[in-house]
Amino acid sequence: MSQKAAKKELSPIDIYKLLPKTNCKECGQENCMAFATKIVAREVDIDQCKPLQKPENAKNFKILHEMLKPPVKEVIIGVGDKARKVGGKLVMYRHEFTYFNPTAIAVDVTDEMTEAEIVSRIKSTENFSYEYIGNTLKLDMIAVRSTSGDADKFKNCLKKVSETTNLPLILCALNPSVLEAGIMVIPKARPLLYAATLTNWKDLAELALMYNCPLVASAPNDLNGLVTLVKTLQAYGIQDLVLDPGTFFNDGLADTLNNFTMLRRAATKAGDELAGFPLLGLPLTIWANKGDLADDLVKWREAYTAGMLITRFADIIILHSTDGWVQLPNVILRQNIYTDPRKPVAVAAGLKEFGTPNENSPVFFTSNFALTYYTVASDLESSKINAYLIIVDAEGSAIDSGVAGRKLTAEKVADAIKATGIENKVKHRKIIIPGKASRISGEIEELSGWQVLVGPRDSSEIAKYLIDKWQP
Amino acid sequence: MAAKKDSKDSGIDVTELLELITKLQNLELHDFQLEAKNLELRVDGGVASIPGFKLPSAIPTKPAALLQQTFTSPIENYSSSIAEVKLGATKSEGGTRGRSITIGGEKAPAFYTFESPVIHKPVVTLDVFDMEVPLSKAVKMHVKEVMGDPAAWAKLAVEKFGADMVTIHLISIDPLLKDASAKSTLTTIENVMQAVDVPLVIGGCGDPEKDTALFEEVSKAFPGERFLLSSFTRDMNLENIAKLAKENNHAVLSFTPMDLNMARELNRKLYDYLGKEDIVMDLSTAALGYGLDYAFTNMERARLSGLLGDGELAHPMSSGTTNAWAAREAWLKMEDKWEPRELRGPLWEVTTALTLLLSGVDMFMMIHPAAVKTLKDVINNLSSGKKADPSKYVDWVSAKI
Repeated sequence: MSQKAAKKELSPIDIYKLLPKTNCKECGQENCMAFATKIVAREVDIDQCKPLQKPENAKNFKILHEMLKPPVKEVIIGVGDKARKVGGKLVMYRHEFTYFNPTAIAVDVTDEMTEAEIVSRIKSTENFSYEYIGNTLKLDMIAVRSTSGDADKFKNCLKKVSETTNLPLILCALNPSVLEAGIMVIPKARPLLYAATLTNWKDLAELALMYNCPLVASAPNDLNGLVTLVKTLQAYGIQDLVLDPGTFFNDGLADTLNNFTMLRRAATKAGDELAGFPLLGLPLTIWANKGDLADDLVKWREAYTAGMLITRFADIIILHSTDGWVQLPNVILRQNIYTDPRKPVAVAAGLKEFGTPNENSPVFFTSNFALTYYTVASDLESSKINAYLIIVDAEGSAIDSGVAGRKLTAEKVADAIKATGIENKVKHRKIIIPGKASRISGEIEELSGWQVLVGPRDSSEIAKYLIDKWQP
Repeated sequence: MAAKKDSKDSGIDVTELLELITKLQNLELHDFQLEAKNLELRVDGGVASIPGFKLPSAIPTKPAALLQQTFTSPIENYSSSIAEVKLGATKSEGGTRGRSITIGGEKAPAFYTFESPVIHKPVVTLDVFDMEVPLSKAVKMHVKEVMGDPAAWAKLAVEKFGADMVTIHLISIDPLLKDASAKSTLTTIENVMQAVDVPLVIGGCGDPEKDTALFEEVSKAFPGERFLLSSFTRDMNLENIAKLAKENNHAVLSFTPMDLNMARELNRKLYDYLGKEDIVMDLSTAALGYGLDYAFTNMERARLSGLLGDGELAHPMSSGTTNAWAAREAWLKMEDKWEPRELRGPLWEVTTALTLLLSGVDMFMMIHPAAVKTLKDVINNLSSGKKADPSKYVDWVSAKI
């Protein structure tokens, strides 16, 4: 086992030993041990320890940095507010810790598109927005491709792009002098450069150094070539790399997933530093090979390939389709995969109204476990029911496990009935409880004074239940 | 933008200057080794303060040629493999099916084909209901002709939609629906068996008592068919139905609500009556956007644990992928920018399916034909053993699309 492979098992003590132990609270924590605990949970950054930055602690600072360095390097693309971190992964599987830095999604424009088209694609990318469980889901970057191979055209395109957006950019050109013509328009914007290959690497390395840009190393389906490039570029002085092992379709799909998987495993499990960089997936390559396929079919394939790459370790993907139906499943998938599995996902307790309830409308309760809540909410909404829903704080557990584990108790339900003020909103005193909470029905009646009706075990049956049983 | 600002400050057009430097630099690069000293001098003498221009550090150590390196493929050793479960029995095997299908047997995580080839391709079983059910518009348009006629629906699923298997959901026995008797379903099953010769999944209604009665009747009425009885849950009285399943050569689906400890516990109970080769497990599927992360991680953990020696989780996995349609984004008429839902809906199902395919699912219960077609295409691609051909890699950078 390499030192890196053991990283996720770091204990607070390992960190504490190397801290200055001043308990100065400058970091905002109560003491050094509390700070160490937060460091291990990756909730604070080691740089927040001011005494650690004193010269006498330089050695420990360096050791700590090395200990905490993620096996997949974190690379920053762009500058300022919109700069986007990619990579920075600590683990291969999300259940081993959590994933950081959700897959960045880029949309392409080219130097042969009209200005109007460029602006419209950028605006649709910037304005993309979807509200989901309290999060606003967005797209992240613009990839600018030189399809003309002409330096002036690329330059002009970059001028238009940089006037239009502050989103981080990926500059894509096969000819280094074309690429450079583009970079010179935005010499300080730190775009990601695509790409150093086994043939052009020296020119690209010079550009990356000169303009301080992160650089993609690209070797389609050639992992030996890829690590050769990484080793060479590192020796050249380039630290911020992104890896492109190629995105293939059809017969090549298995190798594509294998390459992503092998690189990520080599980095996180075998401590292979040459594999320890963010991975670039290119669903848009399907467009370059579309043949006779109808556009909607190409979009369909691009969409589901993007999803597979998000699941299989891609840190950046570039898409061509801007359609909402293509992007939506993928931004939601990304949100799902990057949700912290260490935290039970809970919604705020309280009262929710569905439809336009009145004083005779039914009253339900459910748990604050997000999955339970959203399932019930979706069932109430989809069957267009007018009702009140009391969300009880069950410490983020589902109904059955909450009842079993005493996290969802009759006391809590009775308290919630009082706290929500539902008694002023309805004339009746009847609460419909989840079928899976039937065990505590008697207790709820006793404590709340409300009549308890045991509802269905699954909220999908609520509509039917109301038709059959509900009388205010 | 930054360059413009600077140029105002200093009175120099930085962009032009950078362009000039680049041209010089390119000239110098041709004789890079020889001219290194001159280059340094030139750089020191003039342009070191240009914004965005970074002094090349450590010039002498820059490699002049590629530093060759070999990638070591990180192969892991797994102590176990996933149990194989055979579904459907042919005439020679004591049933009436045209062929049987085996799932499971995997020796590595899903499609880690650098470690092990795919042993048994994951399969798709299409949902058929024994009565009219409310379905999303995007689904209904494909099956409305056969609604209420399970035999015709099954035929459509197999012959037109390419289903490997068919799940006949006997929801008419649901006390909240028709409350039909368990016995009354036997004719329906018989009709479906006449219509298609693929292996069948027999689906209950979710009511523990009614399903218990159903599995008793079905096990006895169709001995030797090797149905998959869906599903056995913790709140059922398992002894009798598990014994009957074993005696009559049926497999069972062990269903638990997203909790691996519950899954282990239920499987342990079933081991009293059934063999490993008789149990497929369903760890619960939540839709994309509605808990898919839990489902995905649960299944991924179960598969890894199974391979690493946890026998109680080393069962092939089934996913009720049709649950994807529980997500409102799958069926809802939304603002124009998210339309058409006729594409968004099945994409929701296929994205849910593919995510779970990569976690290790061996059997998918699905409903939309486009989602089924895509999933099967991907499974075939991933299982083909064919290689990516870099020589055919298209130049996507300059492709005019």
